[in-house]
Amino acid sequence: MAKITFDGIEVEVPDGTTILNAARKIGGGVVPPAMCYYTPLKGSGGKCRACLVKVSAGSAKDPRPMPKLVASCVTPVQDGMVVENTTNPQVLDVRKGIVEMLLINHPLDCPVCDQAGECDLQNFAFEHGVSTTRYEEERRTFDKIDIGPLIQLHMTRCILCYRCVYTANQITDNRVHGVLGRGDAAEIGTYIENVIDNDFSGNVIDVCPVGALTDKTFRFKSRVWFTKPVNAHRNCSHEKCNGHVTLWYKGADVLRVTARKDEYGEVKEWICNECRFDKKETSDWTIEGPAQIERSSVISANHYELPVINPQVIADMPESVVRELEQNPPLKLGGFNG
Amino acid sequence: MQSLSNRAKQVEKKPFTLAERAYLPAIFQGLSITMRHFFMKKATIRYPEETRPFSPVFRGLHVLKRDEAGRERCTACGLCAVACPAEAITMVAGERKKGEENLYREEKYAISYEINMLRCIFCGLCEEACPKAAVYLQADKMAPPRYERDEFIYGKDRLVEPVSPDARSKRGIQLTDEQAVKLRAQLA
Repeated sequence: MAKITFDGIEVEVPDGTTILNAARKIGGGVVPPAMCYYTPLKGSGGKCRACLVKVSAGSAKDPRPMPKLVASCVTPVQDGMVVENTTNPQVLDVRKGIVEMLLINHPLDCPVCDQAGECDLQNFAFEHGVSTTRYEEERRTFDKIDIGPLIQLHMTRCILCYRCVYTANQITDNRVHGVLGRGDAAEIGTYIENVIDNDFSGNVIDVCPVGALTDKTFRFKSRVWFTKPVNAHRNCSHEKCNGHVTLWYKGADVLRVTARKDEYGEVKEWICNECRFDKKETSDWTIEGPAQIERSSVISANHYELPVINPQVIADMPESVVRELEQNPPLKLGGFNG
Repeated sequence: MQSLSNRAKQVEKKPFTLAERAYLPAIFQGLSITMRHFFMKKATIRYPEETRPFSPVFRGLHVLKRDEAGRERCTACGLCAVACPAEAITMVAGERKKGEENLYREEKYAISYEINMLRCIFCGLCEEACPKAAVYLQADKMAPPRYERDEFIYGKDRLVEPVSPDARSKRGIQLTDEQAVKLRAQLA
């Protein structure tokens, strides 16, 4: 076990844990942002530099500070390490620069982009960036590539986090998807214009932190904040998929199906393409209840109507709520047990 | 009964004096006030021939602007609808097809865009939220009164700025149906 001090908070974690995961053990506002690191994907991290922190004491044995800021998602902790994140002005300043770097070639077409509202880059820039741009040059553009009928690739929006590449490597069994070119010319592509047709290829949509890979069946259907997330499950026939998903409702229609995500936007369980793209009827699913959305998120804005609640699932609902629900029954959904 | 507030006043009813009982002096006093008002400046104006000046910050009827090339600026991003405290705005987005580049500015556009003028409180938050400078509240035009409630739901036909703004629309007057049909025929 190693004991480290993160932003003045002491935390004890197993040896080999990264600084980022130690910070996530503390939780709350001190956790550094991460654009490329993704816990379920082995080898991810270290690319976007969003999670840079200052190590002001390397370890108990060698308390010298590390000379440069380090990427917390790939740096393992050492006993007696002292890390500064939100308390260090240098870190906050560098993060502004990172936002600027990531946005250099980003088209800023958020009004058009389907990811807006649940975009990691949008949140990152909103929390850590500046509201003006100094960039005057032409932004990078690409020829449009069609990578199949289910997934839309917008290469201009890509920040080259490699998450989808790792997903393609680790979740799907043969590699059809990777980064071509180097430096400024690097782009995500499918080898030899292969169409991604693996059963789990849809998961690249969920791992993408920006709107580079989006659901073609949801394209321009609705803005994310006009839809309501509802947790649901079904008996999926695919042996690797257990069918635990989030349905995104608008009115009584399921517009989109995604995997369930935790508070850091990381997928809890991968879902298969059949669940994601083909099962868009309420009758296909067993509804569990509304998915938790942060109060600060735009997705929870302006939802004045009663939420979809399955009273059977929540055992100890207050009596007043039960009475209220009886008087104003929520949205009627098929597959509702009761 | 004892008063709770100690502010109750005892009313005493005095008998009328002779002048009050004569009745006519009060009549003439009242009539003189009426006559005086015949010669005073009128408080009203002859609307609609005359109009009062609007405040420079007046927020009136919405308009969906076009850009310099005459393309619709709105991309149906939904920020106005989410900013709207009265939930007066609804929209349906669509993808621009090939050959429509001169109609819509962006890849995505609003197939339908509706504002319910009965719900709208003319706060101007939609205008502030718009990232594309598409929706504005005009400073010189109000939503006119109508008889039917559904006539207050303004669709794109009544919100989008006409392609070539003529004198009427510059002055903020709505196109009539015939004029709109003529304009569309001209465009086609």
